[in-house]
Amino acid sequence: MMTTQVQTTPAMKAEAKELSFYYGGTGQALKSISLGLADRHATALIGPSGCGKTTFLRCLNRMHDLYPGNRYAGSVVLYPDGINIVDHTIDPIEIRMRVGMVFQKPNPFPTSIYENVAYGMRIRGSMTRSDLASVVEQSLKDAALWPEVKDRLHSLAYNLSGGQQQRLCIARALATGPEMLLFDEPTSALDPTATARIEELVTELKQRVTIVIVTHNMQQAARVSDYTAFMYEGELVECDRTHKIFTNPANKLTEEYITGRFG
Amino acid sequence: MQRHIDQELAELKSQILRMGTLVESQIEGSIKALVDRDVDLASRIIERDTLVNSLDVDIDENCMRLLALQAPAAGDLRFVTTAMKISTELERMSDLAENICERVIELNEEPQLKPYIDIPRMANWTMQMVRESLDAFVRSDSAQARKVCTDDDFVDNLTHQLFRELLSFMIENPGTITRAIRLTFIGKYLERIADHATNVSELVVYMVEGKIVRHTTPPVLSDNEA
Amino acid sequence: MFLRNAIDKSTERDRLRQRLVQRRRRDHAFALASLAVMIGASLVLLALLGQLVYDGIGRISWQFLSSYPSRFPSQAGILSAWIGTALVMLLTALTAVPLGLGAAIYLEEYAPKNWMTDLIEINITNLAGVPSIVYGLMALGLLVYQFHLGQSFLTAGLTLAMLILPMVIIATREAVRAVPPQIREAAYAVGATKWQTVRDHVVPYSMGGMLTGMILALSRAVGETAPLITVGALSFIAFLPHPPLQSEFPFFSAQWLFDPFTVMPIQMFNWVSRPQEDFHINAAAAGVILLVMTLVMNAVAIVIRARFRRRIHW
Repeated sequence: MMTTQVQTTPAMKAEAKELSFYYGGTGQALKSISLGLADRHATALIGPSGCGKTTFLRCLNRMHDLYPGNRYAGSVVLYPDGINIVDHTIDPIEIRMRVGMVFQKPNPFPTSIYENVAYGMRIRGSMTRSDLASVVEQSLKDAALWPEVKDRLHSLAYNLSGGQQQRLCIARALATGPEMLLFDEPTSALDPTATARIEELVTELKQRVTIVIVTHNMQQAARVSDYTAFMYEGELVECDRTHKIFTNPANKLTEEYITGRFG
Repeated sequence: MQRHIDQELAELKSQILRMGTLVESQIEGSIKALVDRDVDLASRIIERDTLVNSLDVDIDENCMRLLALQAPAAGDLRFVTTAMKISTELERMSDLAENICERVIELNEEPQLKPYIDIPRMANWTMQMVRESLDAFVRSDSAQARKVCTDDDFVDNLTHQLFRELLSFMIENPGTITRAIRLTFIGKYLERIADHATNVSELVVYMVEGKIVRHTTPPVLSDNEA
Repeated sequence: MFLRNAIDKSTERDRLRQRLVQRRRRDHAFALASLAVMIGASLVLLALLGQLVYDGIGRISWQFLSSYPSRFPSQAGILSAWIGTALVMLLTALTAVPLGLGAAIYLEEYAPKNWMTDLIEINITNLAGVPSIVYGLMALGLLVYQFHLGQSFLTAGLTLAMLILPMVIIATREAVRAVPPQIREAAYAVGATKWQTVRDHVVPYSMGGMLTGMILALSRAVGETAPLITVGALSFIAFLPHPPLQSEFPFFSAQWLFDPFTVMPIQMFNWVSRPQEDFHINAAAAGVILLVMTLVMNAVAIVIRARFRRRIHW
């Protein structure tokens, strides 16, 4: 008598509904993507270079608005309130306060460690100095960096190693209390030890924050994520539980990419 | 894009094939030794079992190496894990052929009990199952694999038939008991070989379709959708 | 066969080695040529400076620095001239720096990328190359006559400000562009508005480059003579402008802005034009003082830049 694992479908944090995106100069980059991002789980986006995974990621916090000529079509609904992230009447600043981002190459501000983490809350203008200090401390602890920097909070961020700088960037993103955290190939510039620490961190963080991670490294996607979405040439090919994608994907193209037959 | 791993996977496949061919000849040889009452043949088959064992170890090591170094995914991963399990099943089949030969040697201490009809029939059917399951593996043919699973019933029925016949022998004439029991064992071994062939087929279905059909009953196996 | 291959290989190696020696020689020749050019240029410069210092250094004294111009070379001094230069530079800096920074930041961060912005950019680049006397003529018509600002400090400061504005804008734009987009994106990603990103990140991190641009621009302005002559710098000013601070309400007077002015280069030019040898010595001494003033101004700017750079480490 076989016992089947009962898999409950978790609630969605955000859902892209036929999202298309057009770059100002080069035309359509995303073609009608419909993808759900599970709440407090990690979803990985994989695919060959140029497939649109980073483009999709940057739609989620309206980063494309910074450059002229870009245009969104379709919607990305953010729950629980149901607003459309890519609606041009919604202020991107409001979105970015709820959706944080960690970039590929660590990019701390060239100021002190404390200043880096405090900046996001400081510009909102509503915190007292002691509140700010405790937010900084908590964020650095959540990013597993506190023990290493607690005695030199006011020294320059640039003196940290690459892995530490990336964790600092994670702390900076966490400080604003985001509901969703976007990682754009966060470990591609780091050595294996630093990479492993970041992956550990993501595995812990995903219990509290919805995580979307773009990665070139399929083993990383396999280790870290609960759901994996495979994209190709601007389209979503397949999205499913990570273990299913890596043992028995439904789509032949997915299988070919995962086994390294192209890309 | 041709990858280095494709070569290694092909090598693994041919290793399984070589082992399969060897095991088939072990089974065939054991039945021939029975029918021809050939003790020398039986002894040679028993010795050759060590060769089968070393092939099993080789295949296991190759699979471990592939898993560790190449981290195969999806279809490739299922292929490698299936190959590991198939070699185990083949090794058990060869052990059973060895057991048959041991009984053959014991049987030759006494005159033949009766003409051997059912046992060679069972053996042919069983060997066909083994051949077809390995063929399904090589050609990644899950339809053929599913068919092999349903063939197992025939062997089971033949086993019961053989047992009833030998039982009546034993009741009529107690002097035939040792020979009859040994023959029963041989029938049992053949039935177990058929079971292992069924296992190989179920593994092939998993490898091709990604669906686990092990330990399920035939109605599931003949469904197209699980 | 084997031997033949070995011989071929060794001749091949010899040929490569010969060519390598040739390449090395050419390398050395180029290095020597560059060194020669540099030494030559430095020697010329040193010669000019040396001549100036040799001629003028004897004349420098407290009296020289604190006297007004006079018909008698031994009594003439540069008081009004160096104070004039200092005040005009102050006005120039106070005008050009905010305007230049503001314009550059607007163009770089806020202006939409359309044909109008391109047109403005082309104009600015062209303006940087316009001869300074043209600025003088423009200032004469616009500031002196149209706006009735008169031949005053204010006019001088504004004229030179307009002259160096394109340089300041261009240098500031380069400095702003040098701030990596990743830093801006990082600021936006934590929810900063455009103004917050510019104020907290873009401006502080490009301050070094901006200040360098300003140092260069102000150094050029300090030596400008033609436009100031055109707007009416006088060369015989025997008085100082009204003091800006008073002892009675409203304590700050803007009267000095409208007073007549002179500057060091003009005073030097005036003295050099006279036949008496002693006036030429005066001019040389004034030249030395002008050099010192320029160096002091640059030093101040460099110190400011260093202080910025220490706080924000690139």
